[in-house]
Amino acid sequence: MKLRNRRITAIAAVTLAASLGLTACGNNDSSSGSSGSDGSGGDVSVTFLPKNLGNPYFDTSDAGGKKAVAEFGGKFDEVGPDSATPDAQVPFINTAAQQGVNALVLSADDPKAICDAVKTARDAGTKVVTFDSDTSPECRDLFINQATAEGIAKVEVDMVAKEIGDAGQIAILSAAANATNQNAWIDLMKKDLAADHPKIQLVDVAYGNDDDQTSFDKTAALVQAHPDLKGIISPTTVGIAAAARYLSTSQYKGKVALTGLGTPNQMREYVKDGTVNEFALWNPEDLGYLAAYAAKALVDGTITGKEGDKFDAGKLGSYSVGADGTVLLGDPFVFDKSNIDKFNF
Amino acid sequence: MSTTLTSASGAPGAPGAAAPARSYPAYSQPLWRRWLLTREFAVIALLVIVLAWSNLNVPSFDGPLTMYFLFLDITPILLIALPMTLVIITGEIDLSVASVVGLSSVLVGQLHHDAGLSIPVAGLVAILVGAVCGAFNGFLVSYVGLPSLAVTIGTLALYRGIAVGLLGTTAVTDFPEHWTQLAQQRIGGSSYPVVLIPFAVLAIAFVLLLHFSPFGRGVFEIGLNDEAAHFSGVNVELTKFWLFMLSGAVSAFAGIYYTLRYGSARGDNATGMELQVIAAVLLGGVSIFGGRGALHGVIAGVVLIGVISSAMRLEGQTVNVINIVIGALLVLSVISTSLLSWASGLTSRGRGRRPPWRRQPDVTSTTTT
Amino acid sequence: MSTTLLVEPSAMSPARRVAGAVLRSREIAVAAVLVALILLTTLKNPSFLLSADGWRDLLLTPSLLLLLAIGQTVVIVTRNVDLSVGSTLGLTAYLTGKLFVAHPGLPILAVFVIGLLFGAVLGMVNGLLVSLFKVPALVITLGTLYIYRGIFLTWAGSSRINASDLPESFNRLGSQQILTIPVLTIIAAVVLAGVGYYLHTARSGRELYAIGSDPEAAQLYGLPVRRRILAAFVISGAVAGLAGVFYAARYGTVSSGAGYGMELQAVGAAVIGGVAIFGGSGTVWGAAIGAFLLVTINRALPIVGISDFWQQAVVGALIIAAIVLDRVLAARQERRLVAAREEARSHA
Repeated sequence: MKLRNRRITAIAAVTLAASLGLTACGNNDSSSGSSGSDGSGGDVSVTFLPKNLGNPYFDTSDAGGKKAVAEFGGKFDEVGPDSATPDAQVPFINTAAQQGVNALVLSADDPKAICDAVKTARDAGTKVVTFDSDTSPECRDLFINQATAEGIAKVEVDMVAKEIGDAGQIAILSAAANATNQNAWIDLMKKDLAADHPKIQLVDVAYGNDDDQTSFDKTAALVQAHPDLKGIISPTTVGIAAAARYLSTSQYKGKVALTGLGTPNQMREYVKDGTVNEFALWNPEDLGYLAAYAAKALVDGTITGKEGDKFDAGKLGSYSVGADGTVLLGDPFVFDKSNIDKFNF
Repeated sequence: MSTTLTSASGAPGAPGAAAPARSYPAYSQPLWRRWLLTREFAVIALLVIVLAWSNLNVPSFDGPLTMYFLFLDITPILLIALPMTLVIITGEIDLSVASVVGLSSVLVGQLHHDAGLSIPVAGLVAILVGAVCGAFNGFLVSYVGLPSLAVTIGTLALYRGIAVGLLGTTAVTDFPEHWTQLAQQRIGGSSYPVVLIPFAVLAIAFVLLLHFSPFGRGVFEIGLNDEAAHFSGVNVELTKFWLFMLSGAVSAFAGIYYTLRYGSARGDNATGMELQVIAAVLLGGVSIFGGRGALHGVIAGVVLIGVISSAMRLEGQTVNVINIVIGALLVLSVISTSLLSWASGLTSRGRGRRPPWRRQPDVTSTTTT
Repeated sequence: MSTTLLVEPSAMSPARRVAGAVLRSREIAVAAVLVALILLTTLKNPSFLLSADGWRDLLLTPSLLLLLAIGQTVVIVTRNVDLSVGSTLGLTAYLTGKLFVAHPGLPILAVFVIGLLFGAVLGMVNGLLVSLFKVPALVITLGTLYIYRGIFLTWAGSSRINASDLPESFNRLGSQQILTIPVLTIIAAVVLAGVGYYLHTARSGRELYAIGSDPEAAQLYGLPVRRRILAAFVISGAVAGLAGVFYAARYGTVSSGAGYGMELQAVGAAVIGGVAIFGGSGTVWGAAIGAFLLVTINRALPIVGISDFWQQAVVGALIIAAIVLDRVLAARQERRLVAAREEARSHA
């Protein structure tokens, strides 16, 4: 009797497992992936891999990339991790290599950690273009820089100095502690402060990890821990939005100046209610657009990434490659109450 | 030893009346039946089905890079699942394994970068620290007598906290190329990474330990009933202590591999990995109540989860959908045991069997006054 | 036959007995630690407590974890655990945002109720799986943690709810105060009182303790174990759903990481507050104080000068200290009872 049951049980287990397997297969069936390049055909497949998904800045830049890819008739895909960490980006780089995509456009969470995966992808024939946040120059084929790092650092320091009267304590609310671009800007900001603004004292650098709740809580901690704080620079769109939201409901509104890099849509209400006076950015859509065209030029062989190479970037015109395989988009743009309504991103 | 019982259930193909029929019911079935109709084999069969299906239907799955990346990704889970199986078989659980991975990662990074130690020495220190972490868990569970769920929730936070505290949110990414290449190197020209060799060695060691040694029999017995095990001579406390220590040491080793593979030592490396390990172990047929399980099922379970993740990623599915499928598999595999025993309970109830406390008292039995 | 009792009834007056019990209770001990922490931090930086923002944040920030800890207590008391509350919180927060985007004129009370009900449904799924299939709650809620988080991420994709999607009145609720006490904290306190009263006085509430102490005995005694466990999970889910609405009100932005990792903090808060992980004892008041303690430590560390990276280590150390303490006290109690029994036997 016991054996009978065991037999029935075991047979039922196998059947159940098999049916589970079929459901799993069924799941795969109904999926809507479209990223596999079919090999033949002139379609250039481009995959965008931002620092993480769920960030409005990257939503805009990837939308720009999508527009460009549609214009030159390629195949577009956007993938990314939930959290802005390098080891979460690596599986997506691996998958791109496996799928044999023609070009991978990514914003790096760390300058060195993803290099191995990128190298494997390049060995498999994928061209790798970085934008917004670079890796080490020898890892990738091209870097699309939104503006010079010096220019970005200087504009933010100038904005905060203007608001606090060029004297007092300030803090920086950054993104992830390893982010290449923010760290480069912070280093240049420190140099600029030491050289041109001796009366301004940088007391703290907090890391919000490009996560809204963390940035919100870190802003609260900053103003609590430094009662004499006069200004906060946040060189990340997620950070400045969260900080603005905290400050606008706290007693420090108007007393602690907030500036940095932000998107007009997120910052509009805080500029209007006086929490923030001005902030800077560039057009992320143009950045993604340019990156996609640069990737296409690489895949087609029009350019190889050498200094002096020229390529056509659709409606943005013609661009040329600078030193270290870098392409510069333009200059940062300052938003304030007078012009913020003209933009929609 | 009576040999006249149970030639009964008439096992077909059983030897003729000349050879004595085995009286121990579990072994009275022929070998093929004992091997094939088990939960472990169900998982292996499922794995084969999913592999075959993916090879045919998922684009790029049959490329040379797939297996390579798959094994690179699942190696930490494969490694940690080995001691975790033993821990769960004894009826305990260890939720702190991922935090030990993170701590060992941070230690390797800091010792190499700040203290200038070479990678092998830093790795050795990390494994020692991992063993100490595991020993702390083991001490609290065995000798202080605390429930392992609570202890390992506490040490999950404690070890992760120490890891993050030591390094903050920066990452050490400066590792010598020689070692990061080694972590990802292939065996010869095949698509299997070199790191599978230490895994194979560990796997064989654990199989020998669990299935072919008295220690392993003790582990099973503790899971079935630790008081009975204690009375039959198994040193329950020491066994559990050793298991937790092994768990810590192997997790630290997995941490070294993780760090070198991704080239980045961070305090929050491998966050959430303990759930993946437990999901894989339970999927592989180990009972959460303890007392049953086998390593071949567990290894198949880990590879199955890896194959499903890889196939779905190639199909363009996002991590979330992959997580839903894994979560659903976990829940289904665990309730399937209950479902099946309820189903077989139904048939036996139909035959008039009732639970002991519902049966009519035996009128003819004598009772003492 | 001797008439001496094993343990003599107390000769103290009832008032003294109650006072003694209260003062020696775990809840007071944890509360004392909390007060000491706040005092120390205020000495270092007076604006921690004495400024308007400081007072408000002190009371407001823990209200989320408070709710989760309440729900977790109800489940832990029955000898189960609910690891899916973080995902439930995130899912409900996103649902709240979506509701407001679709129907901007929705009354806020309706949204609170919908959040509560949605969370209750998610909790019911857990409860059904645990009570019907007799699988340990650890495994089931681990699975639903993955599943709910996955559903959330699939639904949200990479979009998120921004503060500008929510109506102004709802956003203000996040920091509004009545007589300087934040509204959200008041609501949480009401829930705390309600659940605490239920567990302490209602028959079905007290039966939860019986089920946690000894499930087989409860079954044999005739308690409707399945129904009670289902109810416990429904309460846990409902409270987590309410916490999700709080999250949307307080933070305004709901992204895919909302609530990630909060379930372990909730379990930690309950354990620190005196709820035995093996079920059968503990109160929601203790869990509430534990939640306050955890969040306040997090906020106090940077002010005291310890980098808040060490926060998790402190929490882990506290949890271990709490359960070791519980065990030591229980062992001492057992020894005392055994000694009393030996004494009684030698007299008799």
